Amino acid sequence: MLEIKNLHARIGEKEILKGVSLTVPTGEIHAIMGPNGAGKSTLSYVLSGRDGYEVTEGEVFYNGQDILALAPEDRAAAGIFLAFQYPVELPGVGNANFLRTAVNAVRRKRGEAELDAVAFLKLARAAVKRLHMKEDFLKRNVNVGFSGGEKKRNEMLQMALLQPGLAILDETDSGLDIDALKIVAEGVNALRSPNFSALVITHYQRLLDHIVPDVVHVLSAGRIIRSGTAALALELEAHGYAGLEAA
Amino acid sequence: MSASMQAIAEQKYKYGFTTDIAMEDFPRGLSEDIVRRISAKKSEPAWMLEWRLKAYRLWLTMEEPDWAHVKHPPIDYNDLYYYAAPAAPAPKSLDDVDPELLKTYEKLGIPLNERAALAGVAVDAVFDSVSVATTFRDTLSKSGVIFCPISEAVREHPELVKKYLGSVVPVRDNYFSALNSAVFSDGSFVFIPKGVRCPMELSTYFRINARNTGQFERTLIIADDDASVSYLEGCTAPMRDENQLHAAVVELVAMDNAKIKYSTVQNWYPGDANGKGGIYNFVTKRGACRGKNSKISWTQVETGSAITWKYPSCVLLGDGSVGEFYSVAVTNNHQQADTGTKMIHIGKNTTSTIISKGISAGKSENTYRGLVKILASASGARNHTQCDSLLIGNECGAHTVPYIESRNSSAKVEHEATTSKIAEDQLFYCRSRGLSEEDAVGLIVNGFCKDVLKELPMEFAVEAQKLLAVSLEGSVG
Amino acid sequence: MTALPSKKLEAWRYTDLAPLAAISFGAPPAAVAQQLPALDLPRLVFLNGVLSQNLSSSLAFAQPFVPGAETSAQPLAQINAEQARDGVTLTIPDGVDAGTILVISHASAGEPFAFHLRHRITLGQGASLTIIDIAKGDGVYWHNPVTDISLAAGAQLRHYRLQDESREAYNLSTIRAHIEAGAAYEHFTATIGAKLSRTEIHAALVGEQATAHLNAAQLLTDEQHGDFTTVVAHKAPNCPSRQTVRSVLAGLSRGVFQGRIEVDRIAQKTDGYQMSRALLLSPYAEMDIKPELQIYADDVKCSHGATIGTLDDAQLFYLRSRGIPEAEARSLLIRAFLDEALEPVQHADARVLFDAAIDNWWRVQ
Repeated sequence: MLEIKNLHARIGEKEILKGVSLTVPTGEIHAIMGPNGAGKSTLSYVLSGRDGYEVTEGEVFYNGQDILALAPEDRAAAGIFLAFQYPVELPGVGNANFLRTAVNAVRRKRGEAELDAVAFLKLARAAVKRLHMKEDFLKRNVNVGFSGGEKKRNEMLQMALLQPGLAILDETDSGLDIDALKIVAEGVNALRSPNFSALVITHYQRLLDHIVPDVVHVLSAGRIIRSGTAALALELEAHGYAGLEAA
Repeated sequence: MSASMQAIAEQKYKYGFTTDIAMEDFPRGLSEDIVRRISAKKSEPAWMLEWRLKAYRLWLTMEEPDWAHVKHPPIDYNDLYYYAAPAAPAPKSLDDVDPELLKTYEKLGIPLNERAALAGVAVDAVFDSVSVATTFRDTLSKSGVIFCPISEAVREHPELVKKYLGSVVPVRDNYFSALNSAVFSDGSFVFIPKGVRCPMELSTYFRINARNTGQFERTLIIADDDASVSYLEGCTAPMRDENQLHAAVVELVAMDNAKIKYSTVQNWYPGDANGKGGIYNFVTKRGACRGKNSKISWTQVETGSAITWKYPSCVLLGDGSVGEFYSVAVTNNHQQADTGTKMIHIGKNTTSTIISKGISAGKSENTYRGLVKILASASGARNHTQCDSLLIGNECGAHTVPYIESRNSSAKVEHEATTSKIAEDQLFYCRSRGLSEEDAVGLIVNGFCKDVLKELPMEFAVEAQKLLAVSLEGSVG
Repeated sequence: MTALPSKKLEAWRYTDLAPLAAISFGAPPAAVAQQLPALDLPRLVFLNGVLSQNLSSSLAFAQPFVPGAETSAQPLAQINAEQARDGVTLTIPDGVDAGTILVISHASAGEPFAFHLRHRITLGQGASLTIIDIAKGDGVYWHNPVTDISLAAGAQLRHYRLQDESREAYNLSTIRAHIEAGAAYEHFTATIGAKLSRTEIHAALVGEQATAHLNAAQLLTDEQHGDFTTVVAHKAPNCPSRQTVRSVLAGLSRGVFQGRIEVDRIAQKTDGYQMSRALLLSPYAEMDIKPELQIYADDVKCSHGATIGTLDDAQLFYLRSRGIPEAEARSLLIRAFLDEALEPVQHADARVLFDAAIDNWWRVQ
């Protein structure tokens, strides 16, 4: 279960989050929607521990553990996965090598046995197939020369292999073609279980046609201004954010 | 150094142990007498002694070079030992080698026992001033390949040694080549006859053990027409508080269509975190592509030594010959490296490729220095150079000093260099996938070096990757 | 006189001043009337190293020359300090746009002579100025000018130089620029004349967002030797620097480019770029390039590139197959090759001047 309590955060002198509170019970998928500049990306970075974002007030608990003090890798080991809006390129670093290093680092911290190259490749190939990716995906350098869609698929592949308890999808639908969108949705839906929760951060409603959320929150100017069922997303699609902000 | 500091340093440099064995050494200092004694010790013919003495007299007239971007206190050449060797008589076969020595090489990961040895790799083990064992000699000699200590080659194959020694790196080439020519003690000799593809990887493992001793090895590799060989050298030394000198000369000769691949994983003791101790690695390496369509390829991974000064070079004389230089140089703490290459294009349609990756961390200084020279005769010559530097932390320096000279209008020379750091978002991306910061740096650095590492023979590429990670330990955070 | 730098000095490895040292240079002779460029601009004219009051405009911001005592580690600047007798002194007050000033040096020698102009150009905060500097002459002489430039915060100096000296002459120019926060120094040199020449620029970026653009085109033939040497010192954070150098070498000529980018520890976020390309048009020409990076800060983006080659046969053929004669096709490709270095020269008069000089160079090939 993810609990965010009165979270304030700033970048430099600029306060971006001004008291965000929300709870994602285990097994649920929540969506956060909101206009540009509402603080959506900041929230995802604060949750995953990126440098440069200073938390000035509030707390975040994941399964009862205070995560704000943890290093990014320890949050990953605890089961939090951030799917990047703009996945980073790592020249010269092979995708398979990267994935195996990550999977084993996380397994080690969780007290699980590391996977040898053969066992890992078997697992990775199966995941590649499941996500309808090309075979050479594992041989290429991490995100280097990938199309926008391929980068997102790679994020889904990583998520499938790291088996997180909580996935944070940062505007994952921006710039996706409809097929890739379905793969992202499949990636999330495949993990859907009583032990998995997700926070889907998005600007548009269309991703939510494929990942149906249990709860939708509206983030505006650094605060959650409304929460509701999936129907809220449709309402936003129809009427835009302007009406809500005025309310 | 406190006990805990010592422990940390030892953990980082795992080859820092010493071997306790009875040694024979000559008195400190350098004189004609010492040169004569080294020659006598090796039962050399008179012509070899004469060669050495001429080199010694020349060296006396020369001055230490000062153009490299390195700093060190003056070296007192009269305070060094120029010869140190295990006291026991030279072993006739592997069975006679002192068990203490076998144990040493085993600890270094180089088992000399042929049954335990790495499949397909023959090893010449050089301990201080002498070669203590050479494996798989019988297997090699069946195909006509000569692989033996150079001291033995001087006695057994004088016609080859006379013909080639000093023909690529002349005695007077530089201060350290002259010094080496006077006092070189051991090293490897390789001759691959016409048309032979050497059936195994050849390798020499250099170990400095004795205190205050300079190591002056000399390696000579000749690949005759249509021959080919892949050769690898590794080097380690104990952790000692004083600086030790290693001044080697390596000469390669490739005849028509011959190929020589020379790989180095240099891991001499780099000194401690405060810059105390470590090897001064002042090395002259040069290959001559004498035959048409011959090829010499240098690959080096330089992680050790307090100071590295070396420029493995290619003289591209034969038409269509090819020179390559692939280098990774890592410096951390107080290490200094000034390394690069020279590609001298003389023959027509000669091509050269230079890929250099420099990584500086801590308070270190890392310089790429290279020369690409296209002579008027080198019509159709091509060079491509890529030099990239990576800085980790704000107390180190990264420098690029290329010299590019072209006198032929049909030649094409391209040079590119960049300097960058590991981007914050790359680090964060890796960490958010569960990698520790140090693992993330290791991964990114290995990616940065990939174009060079892939040139190493497979068995050593893995070792080199680990070495990179260890060398950068403690450089972030 | 202080000794000339020897070839043994690293900074002079590619330029040998021995031929210059072998000549005994006398004092400048009295000037005679000259044919001077017809640009309609306020001007300062030096004949044989002396300011000609008759030919020069009266300028509000010009001061009389004052000899200055200084010592320099650079031999040529030191010789200049010892020998300078005249030069331009311009001080532009804060916020003033002083327009364009033409500086002409013309030398005419019977017997070999030397002159050492010392120019001092100081711009106050936010001031701006364009200088078009033309050096011409005939006969054997040695022109050894030093230009000291100081740009206060936000000042802008565009400095365009046409070195079109006598083919028997020696031109060794030193330029030292001190560039404060937000100030911009834009430099372009066209090296066309002289038997042996060198332009050596030391640009120090000492305040944030100070910029330096140092561009050059060298067009050399016969036994000419041209050297363009730069040192850009980044001494403050967030400064960009750009260098674009093009060399076109015919005959037995030799071109040199040495460029060093130095980045101090404090100079984080430096963006340094340098590109040097050379075309060898004859089998006897030579190009030597030494681009150098010396970096002590980690968060920087620095790169350099260098190429040496000849005109692309495929391009040449393509143009000819479309009906363009070979000479014209070559000229077209060379112009395209030079364009990147010339691109920042937006000043109309300067552009006309350089275009004409390049066209003329090509015509006599």
